[in-house]
Amino acid sequence: MNIPYTVEERPDTGLANGKLGIWLFLASEVMLFGALFSTYIILRTGAVEWPHGELNVGLGAVNTIILITSSVTMVMAWASLKLHNWGRHRLYLIGTFLLAGVFLVNKYFEYADHFNRGEGPAHSTFLAIYFTLTGLHGIHILGGMVVMLYFIGPGAKLYKSNPDQFVNRIEYTGLYWHFVDLVWIFLFPVLYLL
Amino acid sequence: MHSAPPIRKYIFIGAALLVFTGITVAANQVHLAVPLAVTVALIIAIMKGSMVAAVFMHLSDEKKWIYGALLLTVAFFIVLMALPILTITDTIGTPIHPPAAEQPRH
Repeated sequence: MNIPYTVEERPDTGLANGKLGIWLFLASEVMLFGALFSTYIILRTGAVEWPHGELNVGLGAVNTIILITSSVTMVMAWASLKLHNWGRHRLYLIGTFLLAGVFLVNKYFEYADHFNRGEGPAHSTFLAIYFTLTGLHGIHILGGMVVMLYFIGPGAKLYKSNPDQFVNRIEYTGLYWHFVDLVWIFLFPVLYLL
Repeated sequence: MHSAPPIRKYIFIGAALLVFTGITVAANQVHLAVPLAVTVALIIAIMKGSMVAAVFMHLSDEKKWIYGALLLTVAFFIVLMALPILTITDTIGTPIHPPAAEQPRH
């Protein structure tokens, strides 16, 4: 069966179906993280005291730099395809995947440090919302890595049979990845600095 | 988007995002009063988020269907962020007259 509008734009929306689909998915993601940010506001405004300096700001800042850099490499992976440079695309996509891996390794060390001190999610309201927000974000990073790994590996052969569809798929992966970066841009100051 | 991707613009925005991250951390070292610190941090985060959305996610040049979907999302997101206000202003279960002060014992 041939799925329509994977490359060409639908006449009514002016978009390929995948593009509208990924944006609707991201809209639902905004509501998911929005609900948790709203919960954070309720917990914080209702708390008598809110801890400061519990988290490693240096490690949080390094992870912010890593995610921003990965966003640049991701958009460059897509741009390289548009410029018909397959080698550069591979380099940038693998780079994005590795940066995502480094982010998760840093997060592992951060989590391990908390658990070693007996500071799990049940320790305080702050740590409960911290683990919930960063845990959900971490799962999103992992999800992005699985998709990137697919396009580095078996999914890459689509470029030979249908290059335009492959370029679109990388664009949608990029849109998801930039959203994950965008969420972290708000998580970092809210959890680590304020 | 059929034109060549603006590579230099992507690199410039990436560098600007890193600079803003540095400013966020530096502002935190100044130890501002909490309301001011929250305002500064959120303004910088909104600026960074806008740059990612506009340039990396190409929202500065998109089709109206995507803007329509996002407009709805923004409306519901505002409602979601306003929910904490409802929890504060909700008076159900709150006594209309405050309980009388305890009389001193003689």
